[in-house]
Amino acid sequence: MADQQVVERPTEEQIIAPGYSFASVTDQIAAVVLTKHTPKFWFAAFSAALGLLFLFLLAVGQLLVYGVGVWGLRTPVFWGWAITNFVWWIGIGHAGTLISAILLLLNQRWRNSINRFAEAMTLFAVACAGMFPILHLGRPWLMYWLFPYPNTMGIEPNFRSPLVWDVFAVSTYATVSALFWFVGLIPDLATLRDRAKPRILKVAYGILSLGWRGSARHWSVYETASLLLAGLATPLVLSVHTVVSFDFTIGIVPGWHSTFFPPYFVAGAIYSGFAMVLALAIPLRQVYGLQGLITDKHLDNAAKVMMATGLIVGYSYIMEAFAAWYGGNTYEMAAIAHRMFGPYKVYYWILISCNVIAPNALWFKGIRRNSALLFVWSLIVLVGMWLERFVIIVSSLAQDNLPGSWRLFHATRWDVFTFLGTIGLFTFLFFLFIRALPMISIFEVRTLLPQSRVKEEVQG
Amino acid sequence: MSDSPQKLDLAAVRARLEGARGPEYWRSLNELSATPEFKEMVEREFPRQAIGWSEDENPDQGRRNFLKLMGASLALGGLAACTRQPTEFIMPYVRQPEDLIPGRPMFFATATTLNGVATGVLAESHEGRPTKIEGNPEHPASLGALDVYSQASVLGLYDPDRSQTVQLNGAIRSWPYFVTTFRDQLAQQKAKGGAGIRILTETITSPTMAAQLKAVQAIYPQAKWHQWDPAGPHSARAAAMLAFGQPVNTYYDFSKANVVVSLDADFLNSGPASLRYARQFAQRRRVGEGGEKMNRLYVAEPFPTPTGTKADHRLLLRAGDIEKLAWTLAISLGVAQGPKETDNGDINRWTGPVSRDLEENKGACIVIAGEQQPPIVHAVAAILNEKLGNVGTTVFYTDPIEANPVDQVASLNDLVKDLDAGAVDLLLILGGNPAFTAPVELGMRDRLKKARTRVRLGLYDDETSEVCQWHINETHFLETWGDARAFDGTVSIQQPLIEPLYNGRSAMQLLQLFTEQPDTTPYNIVKNYWRDQHKGLDFEQWWRRSIHDGLIAGSALPPKTIAVRGEALATRVAPEKLAGKFEVIFRPDPGVYDGRFANNGWLQEFPKPVTKLTWDNAAFISPRDKQRLGINSNAGEMLKLTYQGRSLNAPVFVQPAMAEGTIVLHLGYGRTRGGNAANGMGFNPYGLRTAKALWHDVGLEAVKTDGEHAFAATQDYHALDADNADRHIIHRGTLAEFKKNPESVHEGAEAPPRSLTIYPEWDYSKGYAWGMTIDLNACTGCSACIVACQAENNIAVVGKDQVRRGRIMQWMRVDAYYQGSEAAPAIYNQPVPCMQCENAPCELVCPVQATSHSSEGLNDMVYNRCVGTRYCANNCPYKVRRFNFFLFSDYETPSLKLLQNPDVTVRSRGVMEKCTYCVQRINAAKIDSERENRKIRDGEIQTACEASCPAQAIVFGDINDPNSRVAKLKKDERNYSLLADLNTRPRTTYLATLRNPNPEIEA
Repeated sequence: MADQQVVERPTEEQIIAPGYSFASVTDQIAAVVLTKHTPKFWFAAFSAALGLLFLFLLAVGQLLVYGVGVWGLRTPVFWGWAITNFVWWIGIGHAGTLISAILLLLNQRWRNSINRFAEAMTLFAVACAGMFPILHLGRPWLMYWLFPYPNTMGIEPNFRSPLVWDVFAVSTYATVSALFWFVGLIPDLATLRDRAKPRILKVAYGILSLGWRGSARHWSVYETASLLLAGLATPLVLSVHTVVSFDFTIGIVPGWHSTFFPPYFVAGAIYSGFAMVLALAIPLRQVYGLQGLITDKHLDNAAKVMMATGLIVGYSYIMEAFAAWYGGNTYEMAAIAHRMFGPYKVYYWILISCNVIAPNALWFKGIRRNSALLFVWSLIVLVGMWLERFVIIVSSLAQDNLPGSWRLFHATRWDVFTFLGTIGLFTFLFFLFIRALPMISIFEVRTLLPQSRVKEEVQG
Repeated sequence: MSDSPQKLDLAAVRARLEGARGPEYWRSLNELSATPEFKEMVEREFPRQAIGWSEDENPDQGRRNFLKLMGASLALGGLAACTRQPTEFIMPYVRQPEDLIPGRPMFFATATTLNGVATGVLAESHEGRPTKIEGNPEHPASLGALDVYSQASVLGLYDPDRSQTVQLNGAIRSWPYFVTTFRDQLAQQKAKGGAGIRILTETITSPTMAAQLKAVQAIYPQAKWHQWDPAGPHSARAAAMLAFGQPVNTYYDFSKANVVVSLDADFLNSGPASLRYARQFAQRRRVGEGGEKMNRLYVAEPFPTPTGTKADHRLLLRAGDIEKLAWTLAISLGVAQGPKETDNGDINRWTGPVSRDLEENKGACIVIAGEQQPPIVHAVAAILNEKLGNVGTTVFYTDPIEANPVDQVASLNDLVKDLDAGAVDLLLILGGNPAFTAPVELGMRDRLKKARTRVRLGLYDDETSEVCQWHINETHFLETWGDARAFDGTVSIQQPLIEPLYNGRSAMQLLQLFTEQPDTTPYNIVKNYWRDQHKGLDFEQWWRRSIHDGLIAGSALPPKTIAVRGEALATRVAPEKLAGKFEVIFRPDPGVYDGRFANNGWLQEFPKPVTKLTWDNAAFISPRDKQRLGINSNAGEMLKLTYQGRSLNAPVFVQPAMAEGTIVLHLGYGRTRGGNAANGMGFNPYGLRTAKALWHDVGLEAVKTDGEHAFAATQDYHALDADNADRHIIHRGTLAEFKKNPESVHEGAEAPPRSLTIYPEWDYSKGYAWGMTIDLNACTGCSACIVACQAENNIAVVGKDQVRRGRIMQWMRVDAYYQGSEAAPAIYNQPVPCMQCENAPCELVCPVQATSHSSEGLNDMVYNRCVGTRYCANNCPYKVRRFNFFLFSDYETPSLKLLQNPDVTVRSRGVMEKCTYCVQRINAAKIDSERENRKIRDGEIQTACEASCPAQAIVFGDINDPNSRVAKLKKDERNYSLLADLNTRPRTTYLATLRNPNPEIEA
């Protein structure tokens, strides 16, 4: 890759390093996919992911054979890690759609170099998330009963139940995300088709690129479709996690039953989503030498979004406690007190450190611009957000209205294996993706080049 | 075989195809299938190895082997199924048995016994299989209610671990073979007059068996009969001799008692008349109905019992100090001489007010001594009752109900002496488990081996069977005929509900072997006895009537008046001091009793009253003794207990409301050969229990030792006051306050107005509207409702590990809350079934409408439809929903299939379940009423919990009917909804509990 030498280190505010040309952008991104030499670290990471995936299959096998009793669930904590993982993964998925849809509509051009893998991340995260509501069922083979399909018994699902809303929210979200991602891929698939040497790849990419030739008419249709999908996806960013939060707020469990969960959950989702974007982008640009395309400016912007949403989340924690106190409801007050000083206090204070204290470090440019530190921070955020869901779910359920029924939840190894397993699945899919598809949008990055702008100006 | 093509079997086909892959494989298969051998193989239909054909028989797979295997599996199959196969006709009832309508249960009166004393029951039978035991409303000991042991006895019937064969030294023998050898032995004894014959039984009240034993002794005058029941009324027997100089049976009438002083007597929950007492006691706790004066209960006890939880004044005294209280009361009331003050300030504070209270209620009070208290306490109580004029009004004496009320410890010692002398040739042990339960110093396990021939009749092949050559499988009481007396002498005829499942024999049959008519059936044994007894000419009619009613009318023993002997209180022994050690207290376990129910999953798994412990016994200690013993956690650390040179390691369970300085051990655990559910559970306190101290003694040393034990308790310690005060879980108050202002019991609790919802109201005013009230003032927390519910609703037993993991399945639970200091708090019980909320939070959140509301206000659970999201259970503020985390129901064990109630679905894995107000009973009653074109009558439907409740705390019915009991109770001023502030509008409501403290003690 001789072109790389031409590329200089981007200055702080640049979203693409100077020195790139249309050709060198295409070369660098396409080369990751079309090279015959799969890098060693890819194999290493992929096999680790595969190992975890097998662990997942084992855990799921155990679950399906014996029942959800293999997890630590009990009376009164009927939801535990599975629902925690569901909400966590769904939240992570939010960043992708936010970047691809909302930032597109807001004309944030820096999104162009990170939207592709962020969207892929969304898809895989939603795939991981989507499994949990099914796996956690007592009789998972009957999950189709949650859909309003026509049947001779004339029974339909209970549309008052937030779990049914979940079915629609999550499946819509998954569909639109997949469409958006695929439509965005078409021009790049055509590029790969044109560049691929082996016939099998040519055919494969050819089929996937749906006959894209890059004509002006194609581009015009593409732009329209892309905007329309962005318009469709934008409300979803807000709606999905709002609906997920309804799973809790509709319940009358003290600690769940509160009106500000929707914005609080959406903020939390974006917060963890951007953390995941950073956690993926930082090592990726390092190993593939993509610092010229994913610049420090990107990381800086993502960190800012993360901090902003983190502060909203922190505010929500304060409001949660305040509302409980101000509302004067004995159960709510007790629920908050249990969270803070009860049996789960350790988790609570760790999550407070992760989600309230830690993001404040991002006020400092020094940390935002230090990719290694930022990577660590993003992991802290991911841990914090997982704990947040865990504490909301488990601590509220463990000690609710009647003290006589209070009991604590203890996870079993199958809880842990299932969770680690989905991390494996996620990583597995993600590494397949970066090996088989361009992880950065080639054509969108090319529009960032000064060359493309000059032409526009000349024309204008 | 040269003329015929070589024969093929599957192995050969496989061999030929081995190594072939892909296209080659298919080719080979084609080639092969065309060969004549293959065609022949297909034609023969069965591959040859399945059935060995004659010509090519080889040692492994020949015809002979086939026959051998089939023979063996038939035998084994017979063993496993173990029902005597009756002649089988598969055809409809051509001649339908009278009264039998398929699908409708029939009820038969019979009786259960504990320590030989009967409680009348009705057994529900579905097409010939008993599935549920209910109380017999006409029986004086039951009055329709039933305790946990009798409820669970039906599981004992179908227990797959029951012994199923006659065995000699572990090898199966036939009954006729046993009879022959046994009669041979008897023939040898004949010459000696039976001098080598010893019969060891449990306590016997059965008139028929008593007559049989007399007959045996007539034929073999030298034969001896011994009795041993480890948890029987040993003290009461001795006390009768002490106080009256003759055996006397005592019973009480609590309905006339204004003041009750319990000297460590758990009369509401243990003893043969406890169901009756609980009913009578509860009647005097109802305020606002009838206008009777509410009674007052003083309880002095070392360990919290259901009776203790009902006390208006509860004094924590160690068991040895109860005597001190008895004496001070006696002195204070002038029946004994001595100093009025003791060294115990609590007793001093009590004596004055209590004696005044007793004196004010002369003839309407009871002083009752606990069965485990020493004879002198009983004697003092007897004198007090006499002095207070209670005899004949609240206290009754009759002739003994036992056939031979001997001192059982002495009886056992006699046997031991004879065993040591080698005088016992033939020892017949009928029931019981003496090798396990006898006082430890007797070393009964080894001593029994000194008898030359030991014959054991038992339901289980247990610790005693282990040391006997012969083991005869006993019939369950539901399988055979018998009779027994109740607490007041009333005789019940026990009738069988089913043919013996395993061809067992009853004790009567064994005793019959001594006579010249060894083959008389149990039916004839009992009937013949009563034919002799009944003088009238109408015997058949009388007999049928007695069996039908479950009791022989007028057979209760007449009360008699006997004066207490003057010298009864002559000697007072100074109580022994603790002297830095602990007092050890032995008590029968609330679940497994003396160990006999250890293999009963229902009794193992129902949370024991107050402690909420399942599947275990423990060394219960008071919170005050924690520090002294160096115990840090509330449960699970190990203690080494040493008493009289014997020691035992036992796990600690810190129990609030316990007397300081005592360690309570429940008997019956630590079984080694009791069956799958019994073995390895808990530890065995019989290892410390001597004849000198059957119930309690000082001198126990306890030292913390290594190790840890995991308990499966279903509830932790929770106080009603402090943090939980605002939850208003148990509405409570004192009688005086309540009379002044009935609203005082609900103070602070809020119930939102009905208009506070945006949904339109559903109109429940037409048809039925089911509702329930639970009177907390009546409930003793005995937990009979839990077992009744388990039996009625096919609720699975999950085992100790799953209980620990919080997966207990019982629909009903009884919460216990404490109020006051942790060391000496008041205890409140609260049964919690499904509240059947009108605004049910569970229904809203179920995505598949598996739980929905019926027009009659039931919160119905559709098991078929449930996918198991468990959201309903999360959203249930009462946490009454139970989830099948695994396949908890037993789909495999054949005998347990017979147990299931056919009217209730057996739930599979992954399904939510909960209390349905026994909807199957509601529907059965609805069908009946619709057929008769009438409305369901009040009381026609009794939920299982309601039916079993001895205190009648639970009342179910139609709240639309203004005259129904439940509608009236819901108008009671004490009525309240649990967590009413959540606006769930429960159909199950509670009646606040009231205490009636003595203002003198209160101040």
